[in-house]
Amino acid sequence: MSSHSLGQQMKQGLDAPICLTWELTYACNLACVHCLSSSGQRDDRELSTEQAKAVLDELAALQVFYINIGGGEPMIRRDFFEIVEHSIANNIGVKFSTNGAFIDKKNAERLTAMEYLDIQISLDGTDAITNDAVRGDGSFDTAIRAMDNLKAAGFGQFKISVVVTRHNVDQLDEFKALADSYGAQLRITRLRPAGRGADTWDELHPTNAQQRQIYNWLLAHGENVLTGDSFFHLNAFGESLPGLNLCGAGRVVCLIDPIGDVYACPFVIHDTFKAGNVLEDGGFTHVWRESDLFTELREPQSAGACASCGAFDACQGGCMAAKFFTGLPLDGPDPECVTGHGEVLLPSVPVSLVPRPSMDHSKPARTLIKSKVST
Amino acid sequence: MTVTLESACELHPQVAIRPEPFGALAYHYGNRRLVFLRHPDIVRVVKTMGEHKTLRDTFVAEGVAESRWPSFIEALSSLTTSEIIRVLS
Repeated sequence: MSSHSLGQQMKQGLDAPICLTWELTYACNLACVHCLSSSGQRDDRELSTEQAKAVLDELAALQVFYINIGGGEPMIRRDFFEIVEHSIANNIGVKFSTNGAFIDKKNAERLTAMEYLDIQISLDGTDAITNDAVRGDGSFDTAIRAMDNLKAAGFGQFKISVVVTRHNVDQLDEFKALADSYGAQLRITRLRPAGRGADTWDELHPTNAQQRQIYNWLLAHGENVLTGDSFFHLNAFGESLPGLNLCGAGRVVCLIDPIGDVYACPFVIHDTFKAGNVLEDGGFTHVWRESDLFTELREPQSAGACASCGAFDACQGGCMAAKFFTGLPLDGPDPECVTGHGEVLLPSVPVSLVPRPSMDHSKPARTLIKSKVST
Repeated sequence: MTVTLESACELHPQVAIRPEPFGALAYHYGNRRLVFLRHPDIVRVVKTMGEHKTLRDTFVAEGVAESRWPSFIEALSSLTTSEIIRVLS
């Protein structure tokens, strides 16, 4: 019915985002080694309750249908329920990601009573050893307890969200079985070299053989498994996986961070990809519709070094954030390009030229050691 | 589910429509599905179908050329699957 493909139209941007992630706080009780936002300690500049509500009012006017709330650990905020309730009351559905530490019996019942609310429990292993190696001691038991509480409260279908790594890729069937046993839905996403993930990506990211394994698994189970469309770089293997086959950064996706800065996507917390702040004149709407960065991202992008590759239509050159934080050119192959074009370039990138995340809210190492001893 | 020219349909009460340059986005708050309505005409049909007895009446009222009715029927049938619209009779 239309002269342009949907993908083309999406690349030119929408009047408002489809998928908006809002990280409510940089504070976190955990210190996951792959944390995209290098979270740990609260930032003094984080939005107040009133500022957060004003942003929600603006999103409601833009008819943003739902938001993805994350952090840090969003439930650490004392006004967490107040913010979520304000959102839902304004017809903005909420999906929030949590490590589950604050989902006790009482909160599980409170969450169950709310409409238009989805919960994602983060879990990176089907056993404590695999999970806790990435997410910290005790985090597996914490997540399971939260899931038990949600089940007991009759929440219904929550989601279990897994970042696929070299060490848990063989557990995909077990993750699915675990989700099924709770009546939950499994979500698996791609590991990005963002935040603290930049420091651990080399050891954690799936090998090329494992990428094929993920692809085959998704082809077999993809209909019932959520992915946030994060594995589109694997489409170069052949048949396309379900979902939007494009990088939505600044076009259909964006991130609002805890201090109100707006980034092109949740995986690029770096000044290069900061479009503005929700507290500036014109608010979020102005940033989304008029900022130089987002305008630029919506212009036709060069395929660069990938132009001559037969797989480009399938993989679209992969993930902008993965390229950026491994020091690869944005108009070239993804570091996990399945044909190996990216991998061969990595050794030639001088360490000094690999961008570092612009902000780091990690707890001081001393605190981490102390908290480890005390648990 | 397949709809016909004689079907009476309405926008599902849990669906919101947001205008976009290509047409509109439709979001179902119940089943969380997001659907692209890729032409302004289909957006108008979906928004006003509840006011008419049949889809035929809706198409006529919205000035949809008869040659396009089959493609509209096909598109609307798929919208019943995602429950963006529902059939009343």
